[in-house]
Amino acid sequence: MNALGRSCCFWLSAPVLGALFLWAIQGLPAFGDYQGPYGDVLNAVGVGERHTTDIPTAINFDYRGFDTMGEEYILFASVAGVALLLRRAEQPPALRDTKASEGVRWVTPALLATTLVFGVYVVLHGAISPGGGFQGGVVLATALILVYFATGYRQFMGLAPAHRWEAIDALGAGSYAMIGLAMLCAGGKFLENLLPLGTAGKLLSAGTVPLISIAVGCEVMAGFVVLFVEFLKALHDVPEEQS
Amino acid sequence: MDALIPLPVTIPLLIAAALLAANPWLNRRVADSAGLVTSLAVAVICGLLCAASRQGLLVYWFGGWRPRAGIALGIDFAVDPFGAGLAGLAAVLMAAAFLFAWHYFDSIGTLFHCLMLVFLGAMCGFCLTGDLFNMFVFFELMGATAYALTGYKTEASALEGALNFAVINTVGAYLMLWGVALVYARTGALNLAQIDRGLQAHSLDGLVIVGFLLICLGFLIKGAIVPFHFWLADAHAVAPTPVCVLFSGVMVLLGVFGVFRVYWSAFGVLNAHAEQLGLVFVGLGTVTACTGAVMCFLQRHLKRLLAFSTISHMGIVLMGMGLLSIEGTAGAAIYGVSHGLIKGGLFLAAGLLLNTLGDVDETALRWRGRGMPMTGLLMTLGGLGLADCPPFGLSTGKALMERAADASWFSAVMLFASILTGGAVLRAAGRIFLGAGPADTQERAAPSERETRETEGVRGHAPWVMLSPGLILVALAVLIGLWPQAVETVGAAAGNFLDRKGYVAAVLNDGSRVSIQQAQSPRPLSSGEQARGFLSVVGACLLACAALFRHRVPRGVRKQLLAAMRPLLNGLESLHSGNICDYLAWLTCGAALLGALLAIALR
Amino acid sequence: MIQLPYWIAAWLLLMGLYGMVTSRNWLHMVICLTVVQSSTYMVLLSVGYRTDAGPPIFNEVPVGTPAVDPVVQTLCLTDIVVGATTTALLLAIAVQVFRQRGTLDPAALRPMRNSGPQQQQE
Repeated sequence: MNALGRSCCFWLSAPVLGALFLWAIQGLPAFGDYQGPYGDVLNAVGVGERHTTDIPTAINFDYRGFDTMGEEYILFASVAGVALLLRRAEQPPALRDTKASEGVRWVTPALLATTLVFGVYVVLHGAISPGGGFQGGVVLATALILVYFATGYRQFMGLAPAHRWEAIDALGAGSYAMIGLAMLCAGGKFLENLLPLGTAGKLLSAGTVPLISIAVGCEVMAGFVVLFVEFLKALHDVPEEQS
Repeated sequence: MDALIPLPVTIPLLIAAALLAANPWLNRRVADSAGLVTSLAVAVICGLLCAASRQGLLVYWFGGWRPRAGIALGIDFAVDPFGAGLAGLAAVLMAAAFLFAWHYFDSIGTLFHCLMLVFLGAMCGFCLTGDLFNMFVFFELMGATAYALTGYKTEASALEGALNFAVINTVGAYLMLWGVALVYARTGALNLAQIDRGLQAHSLDGLVIVGFLLICLGFLIKGAIVPFHFWLADAHAVAPTPVCVLFSGVMVLLGVFGVFRVYWSAFGVLNAHAEQLGLVFVGLGTVTACTGAVMCFLQRHLKRLLAFSTISHMGIVLMGMGLLSIEGTAGAAIYGVSHGLIKGGLFLAAGLLLNTLGDVDETALRWRGRGMPMTGLLMTLGGLGLADCPPFGLSTGKALMERAADASWFSAVMLFASILTGGAVLRAAGRIFLGAGPADTQERAAPSERETRETEGVRGHAPWVMLSPGLILVALAVLIGLWPQAVETVGAAAGNFLDRKGYVAAVLNDGSRVSIQQAQSPRPLSSGEQARGFLSVVGACLLACAALFRHRVPRGVRKQLLAAMRPLLNGLESLHSGNICDYLAWLTCGAALLGALLAIALR
Repeated sequence: MIQLPYWIAAWLLLMGLYGMVTSRNWLHMVICLTVVQSSTYMVLLSVGYRTDAGPPIFNEVPVGTPAVDPVVQTLCLTDIVVGATTTALLLAIAVQVFRQRGTLDPAALRPMRNSGPQQQQE
């Protein structure tokens, strides 16, 4: 089909789809009028049963922890996939590295320390305040990427070879499954929260939730660093667009 | 037995993580063995679950979160024979793929094994779960690994195929998520059984219909139903052989399975319109079966030919399941599983040809297969199987579906599809292994490309470790066909699959096993019904001979026939342009059309 | 106006699809896919919103305070991860394709039909 044919196809079908969506939206409850029982029940029982004050994290790592394990493995599979797809048969030529400006090199260590601490804070406080493994892991990955801005390509790559970050990624993903299996072997159900629950609002609370949070944090951090490293390696010498 | 339920998902995922973590230090043999042993272990566990679930649905609540007052707090696995059986099929095909890839396949460290095992875990999770959002998560996990595995060879064609595959399936996933959001807004639930209760408490309106449409769209795209099928030919033609085995054998079947899992477990509110809904599904299946069959016959790249035949057979499975009856569903299940095994064997045969002779183009391989009798046997048996020859399981499934439909046009469509697809494979086998047919062919218009070998160190002869998995898969398909209680057992399992009340009761009470009302099992096939399979085999052989020996047909007759068919065939071929924007335009069209049909049928 | 967020979500979906159907560059296509994804965020979060309710975090407010639905927030979190990973995979494939074929035009990048500018392998 040429572009005209495609446009015709689209402009004939889009109004029909739009009408279907409008028809569906008419049946939705009004915006702001959430009715369903699931969220209300969890809001009501979450603190008391799980000793955690951050209900989304409780849902993520406890009530619907199995979903989160699948989601974590999606990240794991994508990281492995990107490593697979961006592989090269031969070594790329070494390029001259541009030096970062004075300002960047002075500010980055301070930023780096703050971001690292913040990332660790977000990961550990998942059960108490907004945050958790995913969010904290991304912050930690950002902190490591700051190193690249300050030091340049070669030193950043020397920080750790890609396969070591892949190993951390794999260990994080595997730990999640191991925690679940450990609970299974301990006589409960898979991913049942059998550890002591502690007091809500304190750092050590909610049983397995902080453990899983740390595992996910490691995995997400390592995963995003691997993605960044792979893309850096691939883009380091892409030729100018020719078409 | 309960403790076994999470294992088909957990074990492959755990081993995959271990393989990646130990990537720099593991040698090839360890990785190969890990993959093979894991797949076989999962196959055994799924077999046990299948047998155990025949007495009643096995419900397993993750995290120990039992439902309270009919509200499900956590995620459950609701294992029934169909789900466990499909997961078992995935594991068996994965074991065959690992055996084929043993030692010779060009593996990049342990990345191949790691991704394949995650793929297996995702497929098992999709089959066994009873939660709608969990289905979405495993759908996406299957997708992520599949996109990476399609682009494995990092040649231009492989990457382009992977791009098309990834974009179409991701759009499908987002449409499905819209559907999940709409259904959640109405019912406040993500658990399939609870959704059913929630939907039945309200009337059927646009929200439910569009929600059902969007969820089905995601699955129909995965299941490669026309007009959402364009991505499949591109992806299967370029993916490495062990991966193709899984794509064609079980991944697309999961798409069709997903539609009916959601329908039978969660959309009881549509029951009053079952007839009209069934008509829509059967219609879609018919168009898919015919289009796939015609396109299949036009191909000369073996993997692309097999990909189109998969599309055609998925259309037939959709037709069977769209009959919305126990017999139709049982027939479609037997058909789908046997097809998966045969298609796996055929892809492995194509892989053998690629790796020993260096090509998969039928015309380029003419008579070069003469030194490979076992591969020739494998391909011929596969072709006969696709043509619904009686000892193979496909003939049992087909006969059961014909009895369920009881309509001559239904049988005619299935006959047409099996003759064309079986005939295409038999034609290819005749050309490659017997050297029949002219050197210059009509199929030269079909797209093809020189493929690179996937293995190192295999030249001239096919090693047994690469040949045996294909023969084992075909043998399994024959065993299904010869199994005397096939119809009864699968019929009973289909009864469980269709039993919505039993499903909801089993999931939402305290999770204890509830024995399902045993519906009337279909009676076994008569020999007359089975003998009809020979009709399609004869037709396929005749068609293959006609294609190979067409130069014996008088010129005038040949010219007239071709002049009549050429415009249609050219048109069809040009539709499959390879351009992703075309595919997306067709997706939008198809979505609008399907939506309009459902709105009319269900109002 | 009470349904406006849902209409916006539907509009985003259709607009993203339009962008994809008429795209002439794979990077543009991937961004349009992100637009389609953001429509799912909007619809999920809008479904769970409750007027005059706070976040479902109870470390400073007592249990029982009106709060929005936490479940859709976790669904959204999963959706974000899924989207990020799919985008990463698509971009990785696009980088490799560009390296091999020298173009990102969908019309030129059609599997098994060699057309468009060819890039010499390094």
